[in-house]
Amino acid sequence: MARDHILHKVRTAIGRSAGQAPAEPPPVMLHVREWPQQERIHLFSAALERLAGKTFVAASPEEARKYAADLIAAGSAVASNAPFLRECGIAGLENVRTGIHDPNELRNVCASAGVGVTSADYALADTGTLVMLASPAEARVVSLLPPVHLAVVPASRLLTGLDELFSILPDPSASTSSMVLITGPSRTADIEQILVRGVHGPGEIHVVLVLGC
Amino acid sequence: MVAPPLVQIRKALDDSGLQSAIYSSTARLMHKRSSALADPLAGEFQQWREQAHQLKKHTLENLDYYLELFETRLAERGGKVIYARDGGEVANFVIKLCKDKNARLLVKSKSMTTEEIDLREHVEEQQIETVETDLGEWIVQLARERPSHIVAPALHKTRYDVAALFTEKLGVEREDVPEKQTLIARRTLREKFLASDVGMTGANYLVAESGSVVVIENEGNARLCSSVPRIQIAVAGIEKLIPRAADLATFLKVLGRSATGQPLTVYTSFLTGPRREAEIDGPEEFYVVLLDNGRTKLLADRNKRQSLYCIRCGACLNHCPVYRKIGGHNYPWVYSGPIGAIITPQYHGIMQEAWLPYASSLCGACAEVCPVKIDIPQILLDLRAEAVKAKTREGESRLERLGFRLWAWLMSHPRLYEMSSLMRGSVSPDEANGWTSQAPALLNVGPLRSWLSQRDLPPAPAKTFRRLWRERSAGGSGAGGNS
Repeated sequence: MARDHILHKVRTAIGRSAGQAPAEPPPVMLHVREWPQQERIHLFSAALERLAGKTFVAASPEEARKYAADLIAAGSAVASNAPFLRECGIAGLENVRTGIHDPNELRNVCASAGVGVTSADYALADTGTLVMLASPAEARVVSLLPPVHLAVVPASRLLTGLDELFSILPDPSASTSSMVLITGPSRTADIEQILVRGVHGPGEIHVVLVLGC
Repeated sequence: MVAPPLVQIRKALDDSGLQSAIYSSTARLMHKRSSALADPLAGEFQQWREQAHQLKKHTLENLDYYLELFETRLAERGGKVIYARDGGEVANFVIKLCKDKNARLLVKSKSMTTEEIDLREHVEEQQIETVETDLGEWIVQLARERPSHIVAPALHKTRYDVAALFTEKLGVEREDVPEKQTLIARRTLREKFLASDVGMTGANYLVAESGSVVVIENEGNARLCSSVPRIQIAVAGIEKLIPRAADLATFLKVLGRSATGQPLTVYTSFLTGPRREAEIDGPEEFYVVLLDNGRTKLLADRNKRQSLYCIRCGACLNHCPVYRKIGGHNYPWVYSGPIGAIITPQYHGIMQEAWLPYASSLCGACAEVCPVKIDIPQILLDLRAEAVKAKTREGESRLERLGFRLWAWLMSHPRLYEMSSLMRGSVSPDEANGWTSQAPALLNVGPLRSWLSQRDLPPAPAKTFRRLWRERSAGGSGAGGNS
């Protein structure tokens, strides 16, 4: 059997025997910075802006709703089932489809929607990253299929960076089958190293950080 | 011994379009990397590199433990591990699965591992449509070529090449602008994604303690491959394991910066098994194929085992003076550049590719930039030593040994040596600075001829060392000051 054959060859190569306890791995190296929220917001917007993404700091859920309404305008949008989007009144906007639980229906709606609205589980300040955990509230395709991605995130979910993420979420698989880190719009440079956005995922990304939430 | 493809290499050197494509793309990638490292947020880069090196070393030294742990943890999450000894076993598994599940369309993201075993070609032969979805990889598939760079597969192609290719293969109007070419790709491939049954990805890392597959990309095609189709297959070499999810904090920080100068690539997917019950979308079935294909052979050598640390960032290619001239297609296998030069002979056997370790000036740029600190120049030297031993065994180096014996004889006969160096002085310089491309006729024979054809000789000094020495010992003034 391939499995036993390979494991046997591995053990022979490194001189170990079956069932032998492993050596102690090097300690995890996490260096969590201590930046106040204002600093985190500043870093986040700067990092996302470098990637041509937009950050808007909303003083209230109402301001977030207005931003979303302006962005969607007369177009069509699909919103995830995140409770926060309902709290902000975004899920209830005209032209916004939400509350979809059937994967096929959701895929079809997302394939034709102009904007996908999500509420990320975390955001990372130093890289301008959104952290999306698949759940009943957040499907995978809402942040993926539409050409524009709008994430409306409580500012309290803004972490300093990867190190902090893994210190509070040492094993993401415990809670989800899919954790995706999104850092800016989809891009490619496969033709002559020339940057083009929106090759497969959204070419435009907007993040609304809602203060006091 | 297989000879280097010299004719082909000369053709590449004479192709000005290709030269400028390779040169400018690698220059951009180098510049992006160095700018990213200059950022104060990357101030601990050297510590990260060291940690990444230590983590890889540890994992490979305990690899059987981590393989079994990965398998157990993934099974707990409803995924399945398949071991494959070689490419044939991978292809058999994929083809059988597609047939059993009545799958007709397979979409695929970029994976050097599947490239290594020509998986796409094998699956296509069975009338299962297989589509590469990474833009560069798709271009290469349409052109029926193979990737010329680990990170940028179509690096050798200009936008005009792409325009001609799209017109020919897709019947679209000629379009020279990369933005519009990309839009053509988005539209065409989006249809494929939505109709696909199976999504195939590679894996940048496999996290042992959680049974997770980590896929890193910029375009979003790997996300589509792992989110839309009902079946997901990840194909990965057994060396991709890392102990814990938190170790990604280290690896993610070095990979993006080394590859493309990005502090983090656009998408990092951390995938563990099929969609869970309450989740809305995602695959219903989740398979991870763990491939050996010669890796256990590399593992057995304590020093050269480092070759398996590689995280395929491509930095060593971009910084290599040889790669930057000859390009990726002149290396005999899918792995090119310095990393290709050390792993190819180890996978294929030193006598198959004995010239490869010599295709290097040993300048050390590769080791300096490697994010996991693989000592590539040292491994090149080890492989050269192996090649010499193997050639001696097979009697291939008779002429070379004769040459060195002659040399030794000359060097141990001072009079003869002096005569030969006088002869050297008779060569007339043909360049303004005194260098000559005209080797003395006596030397310009046999194997030396081809060696000299690529090298200019420096001007002969007015006086030989021996003469200077004699003058100095005799108290003459021509030998410079005392020291």
